[in-house]
Amino acid sequence: MAAAEKPPVSGTGSVALDGALTWVDQRFPLISTWKAHLSEYYAPKNFNFWYYFGSLAMLVLAIQIVTGIFLTMNYKPDANLAFGSVEYIMREVPGGWIIRYMHSTGASAFFICVYLHMFRSLLYGSHRRPRELLWIFGVLIYLSLMGEAFFGYLLPWGQMSYWGAQVIINLFSAIPFVGPDISLWIRGDYVISDATLNRFFALHVIALPLVLLGLVMAHLLALHEVGSNNPDGIEIKKHKDANGIPLDGIPFHPYYTVKDIFGVVVFLIVFAIIVFFAPEMGGYFLEANNFIPANPLQTPPHIAPVWYFTPYYSILRSVPPLFNSQFPGVVAMGASVMILFALPWLDRGAVKSIRYRGRYFKVPLTAFVIVFLVLGYLGTEPTTVWGQFGPWLGNVDRATVVARICSVIYFLFFILMPWYTKVDKTKPEPERVTH
Amino acid sequence: MKKLIATLLLPAATFVALPAFLLGSPAAMASEGGVRLDTAPIKPTDVISLQRGARTFANYCLNCHSASLMRWNRLEELGLNESQISDNLIFTGDKIGDLMNVAMTKKDARKWFGAAPPDLSVIARARGADWLYSYLRSFYRDPARPTGWNNTVFENVGMPNPLWQLQGERVRVEEKAKGGEGKEGHGGATTVKYEMVKPGSLTTVQYDAMVADLVNFLVYMGEPAATTRKQIGIFVLLYLLAMLPLVYLLKREFWKDVH
Repeated sequence: MAAAEKPPVSGTGSVALDGALTWVDQRFPLISTWKAHLSEYYAPKNFNFWYYFGSLAMLVLAIQIVTGIFLTMNYKPDANLAFGSVEYIMREVPGGWIIRYMHSTGASAFFICVYLHMFRSLLYGSHRRPRELLWIFGVLIYLSLMGEAFFGYLLPWGQMSYWGAQVIINLFSAIPFVGPDISLWIRGDYVISDATLNRFFALHVIALPLVLLGLVMAHLLALHEVGSNNPDGIEIKKHKDANGIPLDGIPFHPYYTVKDIFGVVVFLIVFAIIVFFAPEMGGYFLEANNFIPANPLQTPPHIAPVWYFTPYYSILRSVPPLFNSQFPGVVAMGASVMILFALPWLDRGAVKSIRYRGRYFKVPLTAFVIVFLVLGYLGTEPTTVWGQFGPWLGNVDRATVVARICSVIYFLFFILMPWYTKVDKTKPEPERVTH
Repeated sequence: MKKLIATLLLPAATFVALPAFLLGSPAAMASEGGVRLDTAPIKPTDVISLQRGARTFANYCLNCHSASLMRWNRLEELGLNESQISDNLIFTGDKIGDLMNVAMTKKDARKWFGAAPPDLSVIARARGADWLYSYLRSFYRDPARPTGWNNTVFENVGMPNPLWQLQGERVRVEEKAKGGEGKEGHGGATTVKYEMVKPGSLTTVQYDAMVADLVNFLVYMGEPAATTRKQIGIFVLLYLLAMLPLVYLLKREFWKDVH
């Protein structure tokens, strides 16, 4: 019997608990899993501020799943009832408003955490070898999250839900030849309708959460296989003690669990301020137009996606149509997300961390952050927001010109990366991690 | 560690400042026609104002407009008891636990007004308090319209002025501002003025105060839990703020031996 060969668990201070754990451990890899992923998973000791957002993204995922389950108990995925059922949750379900606001704020918080988590990777080169697959799982999580957010946004069945979905699904019609059939297939009808709402509900509450959980699992397994990067971008596994433990590593539990609890409390303070005092975030988290029930016969004067999609929406809008087709814009928008997959192979720097990189990396990265924010802002506004240039420039919208310049810089950041990271004058990396 | 706290506090501070900066910005800045909106002088905690607003709402709005997501007995939150609500506010056979529905069908409404009057349950969240406050004070007589009424904030609206007996009848007088030729594309700067043709039963000051009460009620109805939400929020924040030093000290204790 192989199971009996495992040593009994001891040291919990209780004979009964030791016995119970021994019983389980001989039938399930309890202790070994605990050790491999927590108490004997050695993480670099110099994690800084940017390293909170991975665990915070997991916390938000948990919040979304738990609040989502309770919302599902009272939400009705029916074109005639959906809008009213959300307000029913807000008014008549005890504690319903707090669950709904946690879910709507959680959606935005998820993207904030994920964007900062991805930016951390750019700063310290966490996507570089040997963590390419870890990065790819992360980008897949990001893509699924975008799908999850898009499907979920239709469910309140307000004007913005309806017309936002209309605009995005219509993008697929721009694909030559098969486009109109594809968008018909996605909608399940010739317009966004009850059929669309039902399938989006199914995708939002079952399909994508399962995909997300699976990918998060794969992301963590890949991380624990290769080990965490750190702000110095050097491998702690190079220097081990006699027992094979990295000299600069500390067990994830208890060190990083207690540190992450501190991060969680800070996060919850910010989260609570939004949920309890500004759940609409001035129209950025909950849009005013979405308090008008969906009306297929009335197009709102200004349709904008929720803030987390607006950088890509700006890129879409800034590409001029070709032969009366939006297709080039759709391709540009798709490419702006898909190019993230190539990042590990575009970066040819001699060092990983920004701490030891030179100006040739820092300047493009700063430019990238600025254009991403500018594109994000412009995507929330109509293209007329900054007025027009004079007739000598064909009265073109100022915002469109700025969005075009920013879109070009966005792509140049990636396309030129193999060159500027290679010619960049780097500083020597330290042997051991620094604080 | 100091550096860590500083880096943590910086984004937190921007986050806290952001809602204040953004509050009410996109929805409430201007109407579709670009008319400057007046700020609604409302106080969500003023129960008497909310009660007055509920009275105006039941008397003047709830004949064409429904509030079908709102129950009558929820008004008990405003310090009214069941008999006060059914005796003074419910004019139909509705029971106290019923929703605020109206008898007018959407089909009839479309025939009579050209568009069905929207449900007002969450109208304050869609339009914003300032828009409603300005809109309800911007009706004027316009013989060109089928109802004889028009509105500066919502041009050619199908809705006639339901409060005309209180506000009186006004006509619109447009004045071109001096030197208002200005930049092309932005339209000359015209200021809209009204002239009272037939005074109503309230003075302008009284009327504005009444509309403010009504808008206050509409804002309350848009999210009845809003006051509770803020009250609970304070306790949640106090709890989290009390926890913050404890979890920080816990972290510091565990990390003592990390150098």
